[in-house]
Amino acid sequence: MSLPRALTERREEILDAWIDRILGTYPPEAARFLRREKDPFRNPVGAGIARESRALYDALLAGASPEDLTPVLDGIVRIRAVQSFTPSEAVSFLVLLKDVVREILEEELGVRALRPFEARVDRAVLLAFDVYMACREQMYEIRARQARRETYTLLERVGMIPGFPEPGEECSESGDEERGTGR
Amino acid sequence: MAETVPSPAELAAVDYEKTPPKNWMDTPVEFRPGTWCYAAPVKHAEFLGLPHPHKWSPNEEDWGLPENWREIILEGMKERLEKYRSFRLFMEICVRCGACADKCHFFLGSADPKNMPVLRAELLRSVYKRYFTKAGRMLGRLAGARDLTVEVLKEWFYYFYQCTECRRCSLFCPYGIDTAEVTMIARELLCLVGITTGWVVEPVSNCLRMGNHLGVRPNTFKDNIDFAVEDLEEITGIRVEAPIDKRGAEVLLVVPSADYFANPHYFTLLGYLALLHEMDIDYTFSPYATEGGNFGLFLDKYVAKKLNAKIYEDAKRLKVKWILGAECGHMWRVLHQYMDTMNGPADFLETPVSPVTGTRFDYAKGTKTIHICEFTADLLRHGKLNLDKSRNDDYVVTFHDSCNPARGMGLFEEPRYVLRHVLNHFVEMPENTIREQTFCCGGGAGLGSDENMEARLRGGLPRANAVKYVHEKYGVNTLSCICAIDKAVLPPLLEYWVPGVAVAGIHEFVGNALIMKGEKERTRNLRGEPLPGKEDAGDV
Repeated sequence: MSLPRALTERREEILDAWIDRILGTYPPEAARFLRREKDPFRNPVGAGIARESRALYDALLAGASPEDLTPVLDGIVRIRAVQSFTPSEAVSFLVLLKDVVREILEEELGVRALRPFEARVDRAVLLAFDVYMACREQMYEIRARQARRETYTLLERVGMIPGFPEPGEECSESGDEERGTGR
Repeated sequence: MAETVPSPAELAAVDYEKTPPKNWMDTPVEFRPGTWCYAAPVKHAEFLGLPHPHKWSPNEEDWGLPENWREIILEGMKERLEKYRSFRLFMEICVRCGACADKCHFFLGSADPKNMPVLRAELLRSVYKRYFTKAGRMLGRLAGARDLTVEVLKEWFYYFYQCTECRRCSLFCPYGIDTAEVTMIARELLCLVGITTGWVVEPVSNCLRMGNHLGVRPNTFKDNIDFAVEDLEEITGIRVEAPIDKRGAEVLLVVPSADYFANPHYFTLLGYLALLHEMDIDYTFSPYATEGGNFGLFLDKYVAKKLNAKIYEDAKRLKVKWILGAECGHMWRVLHQYMDTMNGPADFLETPVSPVTGTRFDYAKGTKTIHICEFTADLLRHGKLNLDKSRNDDYVVTFHDSCNPARGMGLFEEPRYVLRHVLNHFVEMPENTIREQTFCCGGGAGLGSDENMEARLRGGLPRANAVKYVHEKYGVNTLSCICAIDKAVLPPLLEYWVPGVAVAGIHEFVGNALIMKGEKERTRNLRGEPLPGKEDAGDV
């Protein structure tokens, strides 16, 4: 049997094992819940990972371009980027797919036949690092912006920042573009 | 080079499945930056007279605790166990059924088992058992008891400052255990040994000194309100009165301070000003009660009481008849549930009666305080507002029930009633994420800092997840809410999880739709953006 055909025919088996393995990267008490609850609103992490893993598997199978693969990876990495994982742990879920595929298909196809798929997974791991970094950078940007707004508001309050006039406008006492975030 | 690269087989042999099963008592906390808030500045703790003010940091080994810290905590626990029957009950009656376990937004977002409300409470309960029950004293760990160590204290700080006191878990507890109250007591105990956060203590200190979280002086408060009056005039052509310190006014309007210094809160303030002018309400702001919010609630009940006192005190001084409270979250937990017993009876005030409709708000005869959404819903019910809903046609809106007005005071329908009257495109999020079951924004109870942004993004995931659903399915572009903290915390949350969805207060939409007598042709909404169909209007 060819590799693409095997990956398609045994899709459900591979996906079930892979998703189970990904959820196994969480503490056991949490993993039990993440596996059990199917409602996407009661269990956004478990259900989200299950949904996105399926999309990701299909994208890998279809040989999706980096541009198409990135948003699919984002669905999982964005969650794991804020969950106290180390960077390598956050993107490790892709390596788990290689493990699962080997366990299920190696005997039948031989390890050499799996290489094209594994190469795609490897490239996806690299992309996942990009996504991870983008998520972390975004988080720090959000954080910095909040801090900046707070400082700005305080300075504005004590009259240290007069609003800068637009061309043709008179100088105003305070600008409203950069109000604080409040608490 | 080839020899140095591991083969795929070797790579695949790496065990990425972390966290070997360990008892929860044996997993100490790791203080990763981004998950906790900084310690309270000593000057503020001193000003408030908090116990043991000192310099410390959560990520340092030595927290500078007083020598007898253990005795202080245990004495504090004993005192509270004797004083509050509820606390003793909450420590005793939990049967670990797990109904609450998967209801906490912090657990759902982080998948950290100690964020399960049952286990979070167990952090305290295990110490209760060790020192206050026979079984715990004799059997120790076998009975789920453990010694109070510095590590345990650190765990308390980490997890009780990852609870937003939203009370979603309590909704599902068959025994009615209120985990928010467990958190409140745990934070009080930590405060006894000088463990508090700046994000809570600083606004409390400012509030006590100046009346509001930022420490804005009365003259600056007036400047900001005047500024809002000017802005509103520019948009509507009408100069409204916004009286401050008007003695003998009928109504005292209490707003969260963010309404007059932060976005998007400010647009809600413009909405109140327009509405109260149009209805010709005889009201006043107070120059001292310039803050509805009460961070004392997140620190210590006596501090909460002290901060809250200014509202009744100034109502008395100004000789108003009743109080109108604006869009705020935990302010309502205090006003609705504690103010009457903390600082009442407000026998110098009258039961609120709407001067426009004559509706008497009898349920508020204790606190003499009603919510502006109730006030506006009543106006709408009596057909008192002249509205042009189409002015809000650019918005596809959903409503986030803020935890305190929703679960704390049952305010579910009024905001929705108002929204449906003032705009055409309103969509609900899934049923198990709204009303009583609403998910917290992840930044309540003094957690809305930038310092713990990572924890906030996790904690807010369940809420953002539901927003994402209606954004993708129905094109929702605005999340409305009636809480100042929500308005501050949700924009960054959505920026990370659901870009393209803005945040707004209810009275912003009211102000947009309200046709004011004598207004100029409206071309802009309260944000100064062009109204639908007025994109080419000259003065935009």
